[in-house]
Amino acid sequence: MSRDVTEPAVVPAGVTSTPAPTARRGLGGRAAKARRRLSNPWASGIAICLAVLWSIPTLGLLVTSFRPELDIRRSGWWTVFGDAAAGEGVFTFRNYETALFGSSTSLADYFINSVVITLPSVLIPISVALLAAYAFAWIDFPGRDWLFIVVFALQIIPIQVTMIPLLTTYVNVGINGSFWPVWLSHSIFALPLAIFLLHNFMKDIPPSLVEAARVDGAGHVKIFFRVVMPLLVPAIAAFGIFQFLWVWNDLLVSLVFAGGTPNVAPLTVRVAEMAGSRGGDWHILSAGAFISMIVPLIVFLSLQRYFVRGLLAGSVKG
Amino acid sequence: MATVTFDHATRLYPGTERPAVDQLNLHIEDGEFLVLVGPSGCGKSTSLRMLAGLEDVNGGRILIGDRDVTDVQPKDRDIAMVFQNYALYPHMSVADNMGFALKIAGTPKAEIRQRVEEAAKILDLTEYLDRKPKALSGGQRQRVAMGRAIVRQPQVFLMDEPLSNLDAKLRVQTRTQIASLQRRLGVTTVYVTHDQTEALTMGDRIAVLNKGVLQQVGTPREMYDQPANVFVAGFIGSPAMNIGTFQVKDGAALVGNAQVPLERTVVDALTEADGGKVTVGFRPESLDVVGSGTAGSFQVEVNLVEELGSDAFVYGSLKSDVGASDLSAGDSDQVIVRIDPREVPMKGDTINVAIKPGQSHVFSAATGNRLS
Repeated sequence: MSRDVTEPAVVPAGVTSTPAPTARRGLGGRAAKARRRLSNPWASGIAICLAVLWSIPTLGLLVTSFRPELDIRRSGWWTVFGDAAAGEGVFTFRNYETALFGSSTSLADYFINSVVITLPSVLIPISVALLAAYAFAWIDFPGRDWLFIVVFALQIIPIQVTMIPLLTTYVNVGINGSFWPVWLSHSIFALPLAIFLLHNFMKDIPPSLVEAARVDGAGHVKIFFRVVMPLLVPAIAAFGIFQFLWVWNDLLVSLVFAGGTPNVAPLTVRVAEMAGSRGGDWHILSAGAFISMIVPLIVFLSLQRYFVRGLLAGSVKG
Repeated sequence: MATVTFDHATRLYPGTERPAVDQLNLHIEDGEFLVLVGPSGCGKSTSLRMLAGLEDVNGGRILIGDRDVTDVQPKDRDIAMVFQNYALYPHMSVADNMGFALKIAGTPKAEIRQRVEEAAKILDLTEYLDRKPKALSGGQRQRVAMGRAIVRQPQVFLMDEPLSNLDAKLRVQTRTQIASLQRRLGVTTVYVTHDQTEALTMGDRIAVLNKGVLQQVGTPREMYDQPANVFVAGFIGSPAMNIGTFQVKDGAALVGNAQVPLERTVVDALTEADGGKVTVGFRPESLDVVGSGTAGSFQVEVNLVEELGSDAFVYGSLKSDVGASDLSAGDSDQVIVRIDPREVPMKGDTINVAIKPGQSHVFSAATGNRLS
């Protein structure tokens, strides 16, 4: 933490001509400097522009989903604001009713399917990866490093390549048409990254902590549940959110492994179908799209604290 | 309570030639406070971790009491360890940290609470029992780590440089606390440190290691007065002992312009390998400032005077007509002389000093082992 060494690195070329009182200013000075540098008005402006640009389509979708079918066909969603100001704006929940409970769409069923698919697809890889990561991090068995490299290298294989063989296997085993193919596939695809991430977090736990637990009389099982797991909560949360968003938004895997059987297909598959078969029914489509977005939105907004912390925790100590 | 015995215990890290701990033989009495001391990389921590079961033993045996624990898991050894970085569980309160081992062992809750409170009282931690470790100061964390060991009531305490993360003042204070606590509890303790002052002040006995080999075991007084070889002589004591290798002529070592008489037995013990030389050591306080021309005195040119109030030390170089000598103390290549702090010579002065009779240590120039 030698300030004097790091200081010159952050002073840009143009400023070096000023005599350096940096050492004297100390920590407060450094914090102020960091704040100045990070709060550049241009950078903030660009960031805000990007945020607005990226949110506009979502906003449009949200507004559209509440408009009557006729209005959607007649004018763009942005005209709503003018109409509302003139007291003529019309909003309705009809679209959501039709999308959720209409006999031809019935997204409510698919919504439940999505939940049933997502929860095990998050829990299975986390549980397995935690155990594997613990073994890779704290149990010294022969060939450990090689096995770890092999597991991580599995990331290289594109999931598209594995789909046909996997599907054939599922059909042969006879679990095709149930939720199992989707659960298993999501778990399989998530495991290499999950093991790698959690292993890195586990390696960050000071070895003396595990040794202290061993001397205190704990075996591997107790060390895992009493010492390691509580310390890994941020990492587990981060990966859990990541995997949840991935599985909930996934179309490819569920289309391949559950697309043929509507009673196990998730929301995304149904919404995609609607876009294809009902390209004209914008009112139902926009409501359906928003129904499938709302859960990840809530999950992300409520847990983003853990998400950011989890991503940072691996790189910065303390 | 139990004794601890290392019986030819050896640890060879895979892929290395030299054992980290080589044939360690050491017997620690019941209730004894033994300090393992040595420079960094000497194998003292490895020895402790072998006793804890955190390192494999590649040869020999380790016994706690009469029980051979060489291949026993750490959790079954009935030992408690204090780590250098304390290794407190960050997600548990102080009370849970201290009671963790008992909880694992399935002790009833009421008893855990009672024992934790007793230990907290001894260590003055009662008001912090519900805090998390991160809300404690360094000294408090250190005490929690001690508390975690005490609560166990184990057969042996192992301490791996528990004071090295404290500031200098707290270290001195905690040093005496740990020593008196150990005397009160009477638990056999093995304590690792690289600080010879800690070793001298705390230990009932001290074991000095160097390069994985045990050099000498003894009480602090023995280590100071009768170092078994040049390494121990140079390591124990602060400021360090002056040690140099000199020619032997007519039964006396030629130190500068002086002749320091050697005992008959010493001269007889010299071998051909020594090449007519002998290594002589004398502590800074073993030198007397004398008038010039006194028999057996040699001249030291003062380079620096260090005044400590109660003492003053002269750092100087040996003046010699017979060419340069290799007399040095510790890391510096200077002679250190303790002098009266009220009669301090100036820098550049030359003083005459003589070794007090019977206070020189003579070692073989070839093997470094003690001759006198």
